[in-house]
Amino acid sequence: MPADIVSFIKRDYIHSMAKQGVRLDGRGMEEMREVEVTKPFVTSAEGSARVKLGKTDVVVGVKIEPGTPFADRPNQGVLIVNAELVPIASPDFETGPPRPPAIELARVTDRAIREAQTFDLAPLCIDAGKKVFMVFIDIHPVDYHGNLFDSCEWGALAALSVATVPWSKIDPDRKDERLKLQNFPVSITVAKLSDRLLVDPSLDEEEVADARLTVCTDQNGDVRAMQKGLAGSFTVDEVKYIVELSRSLGKKVRSKLAG
Amino acid sequence: MSDPHSDVQLVSDEGMRLDGRALDELRPIRIEAGVLERADGSCYLEWGSNKVLVGVYGPREVHPKHMQNPLKGIVQARYNMAAFSVSERKRPGPDRRAVEISKITSEALECVVLTDQFPRTTVDVYIEVLEASAGTRCAGLTAASVALADAGIPMKDLVVALASGKINGKLALDLGKAEDNFGEADVPFAIVPRTGEVVLLQMDGHLTKEEFETILEMNVRAAAQVYELQKQALVKRYSAYAEPAPGEEQAAQPVQAVVASGSPERFHEPKIAAPPPTDVVVDEILEAVEATTPAAPGEEPDVNADEDEAEGGDI
Repeated sequence: MPADIVSFIKRDYIHSMAKQGVRLDGRGMEEMREVEVTKPFVTSAEGSARVKLGKTDVVVGVKIEPGTPFADRPNQGVLIVNAELVPIASPDFETGPPRPPAIELARVTDRAIREAQTFDLAPLCIDAGKKVFMVFIDIHPVDYHGNLFDSCEWGALAALSVATVPWSKIDPDRKDERLKLQNFPVSITVAKLSDRLLVDPSLDEEEVADARLTVCTDQNGDVRAMQKGLAGSFTVDEVKYIVELSRSLGKKVRSKLAG
Repeated sequence: MSDPHSDVQLVSDEGMRLDGRALDELRPIRIEAGVLERADGSCYLEWGSNKVLVGVYGPREVHPKHMQNPLKGIVQARYNMAAFSVSERKRPGPDRRAVEISKITSEALECVVLTDQFPRTTVDVYIEVLEASAGTRCAGLTAASVALADAGIPMKDLVVALASGKINGKLALDLGKAEDNFGEADVPFAIVPRTGEVVLLQMDGHLTKEEFETILEMNVRAAAQVYELQKQALVKRYSAYAEPAPGEEQAAQPVQAVVASGSPERFHEPKIAAPPPTDVVVDEILEAVEATTPAAPGEEPDVNADEDEAEGGDI
């Protein structure tokens, strides 16, 4: 998402600070910004949440509606994740069909939720091969101050954690049921600037970062999804270190999202 | 039910509506200005169970270039409903309805923005409907004008929008969801309270001339209440900046003062495009007032003489 042209002065300034282990906003290198979760946030959705990560602000809605299953999975529900980088969130976001950054964001979130088997898709089958519940996760960043990968994944998880499956719409005798979550995958993103690693990059840091790695771990500390981004690289040791960091920080975030 | 057009009972025999309101009662409204960081101006508005977020960017360069106007700026509103804002998931992206609403909202706002002060530029207004429950275009427009003022865009006044209509043969203020779906008429309407200009008007359904006129009057009267809430939201947003200098000469506050009391940890250069907004707006308004009315400056000119609590329950 960094689309801004950044001045050399600013780039050098942030990099030289990073080399000294200092960050612009005074955070430690392994310190996340404040997380604030509101759930549910809207009543029109089956599940919803608003997650603030520092000044980054994301609204996520989960809609659960009947639809047709995929031909190769006739007795499983369908999960679809969509992210819109709406222009309200940043002067660099534009209207129009989703561009690569929005698609990457949606797919990385999708992978985290899906690969962690956050919820079981089998009980969402209504009539095998004909009708299943489709779970749409729509992600709407409204204020972009860096690290959308984490805030969006957290928002999706928080929204799922309060979602209900509207069985009563299919069968008047059946009650709506809470969507049962079996795993809580939490992603943590680390940026690399001048060979220093810093957690939860802010907008300024993201704009001048060399590389980015998002690691998603579950409640058992197992790794569930990853995505490396930007043109820079990581050493193997750095990757191991980031995985460890993601496990420990993920634990803190998880309790906040699930609570 | 005496009404042949609708078999849904929307108003009880006592004149009470489905959500417990009287016929001339607005839904609860909450307005907050300056809720987003990146936008130059913003507003969050809850109107009943509508939730609308508006961000304003600009004045800035127009893309594509051929849309530039060498004589004045343009206002481009974009009305967008979140996929999860309605009970049945809406496919993301603009549909024909959203395009139309964007257009009439842009036009309504262009009436109040002093566009001749910034030619060749655009002011972009992004209206995100997060939860929809009848009257979102009006909620969006009402919030948009607050966000514009928050961005320090020169305007002659705020805009108040609301929709009233006819349900079960009775005229009702500020239609709710079921009333919008099953009522007989719907009149979305927007007014510039200070000048009395109507800047948005649509209607569908069936009304007599007298009924239509009554609805207009109801809308005008209720708009005055919403207008007060809009002004309160802006005052609340900027009263913090006024505190350090309670003296009389605070109109010429330097820009640095605002930036300094903002967020110190932020690296971003001070926003040159957004000078301390209240001052600009207030100056504009005071000038406009002095030009039109001989009333003492600082006093609210009472455009709608009967703005008190909209009593007349005999509609």
